[in-house]
Amino acid sequence: MHEMSITMSLLDTIRAEMEKAALKELRSVRIRVGELTAVEPEALRFCFEASIKGTPFEGAALEIEEAPLRGRCKDCGNVFRIIKFERTCPGCGCSSVEMAGGNELDIVSMEGV
Amino acid sequence: MHEIVIEEKILARNDEIAARNRKALSDKGVYAINIVSAPGAGKTSLIERMAAELKALGIGFAVVEGDLEGDFDSKRIERLGIPALQITTGRACHLDAHQVSHALPWVFAQPGIELLVIENVGNMVCPAEYDLGEDMKVMVMSAAEGDDKPLKYPAIFSASEALIINKSDLVPHTDFDIKKARDNALKVNPYLKIFETSCRTGAGVAEWARFLAGAVRHAK
Repeated sequence: MHEMSITMSLLDTIRAEMEKAALKELRSVRIRVGELTAVEPEALRFCFEASIKGTPFEGAALEIEEAPLRGRCKDCGNVFRIIKFERTCPGCGCSSVEMAGGNELDIVSMEGV
Repeated sequence: MHEIVIEEKILARNDEIAARNRKALSDKGVYAINIVSAPGAGKTSLIERMAAELKALGIGFAVVEGDLEGDFDSKRIERLGIPALQITTGRACHLDAHQVSHALPWVFAQPGIELLVIENVGNMVCPAEYDLGEDMKVMVMSAAEGDDKPLKYPAIFSASEALIINKSDLVPHTDFDIKKARDNALKVNPYLKIFETSCRTGAGVAEWARFLAGAVRHAK
């Protein structure tokens, strides 16, 4: 289960940002998880909540933004959602498509006081 | 309330170390592959089989073995006269760039090395997210698994450049449909280069080794 080591990396970043901004309390953290990542959002939430218990971050909310798998048509530039790995552009019908999203594993923002 | 916009990768620290590994390897003229698979698909057997082929092609290589416990795999490789270093990850289900960075001084101390083979922990989920600094991620699946595996574990198939379908000698004894497995893999990742091997009979290993040797030479 790598959600725990991902949580540890996330908490490292949060700790550094809290220090930089001289914040005392963490209220919420927003992350973005792509559809194609091997990360299970609910497992991540479990790890996050378990890891902040009894720390100054306890009670902070984890907001998970899920990013769908998307493709960009190399011919017409259309960006569309890829469902069941179907890579045909619904705009022009060609299959020359590059990935345009779905691999995200980002920390977007955080709120504190 | 104070909002801080961060917008960076959660694994940015791992990615930074991976980039450093990649640069250090490239500076020393060492090409690196990261072999991933479910437990028991035949990663170590493949490395054993590749050894003679790569030697014949004049490619010197070293192996870094990732396992939760024990040094069984590195012992197997060393028996063939190939330098092997074992990394035990303890509870962690994957290697990360930091662990690999600690293995690099050992790699660079091995004479005549052009290729580093990193055998990741047997796991089809976690290694997908961790860049180690390799030049090529190589996925191994076996005919003892389902031909629908690429659709069930798309992240790892999508992150790989080469796919080796191993245990091809078992195909006649299973319901595994090799054409379906190929189609499913290409559906998830149209750029995958696919090889079929049997580490038991040795079939297909030479073709894979030639492709790998080409990639090693091309990188120079």
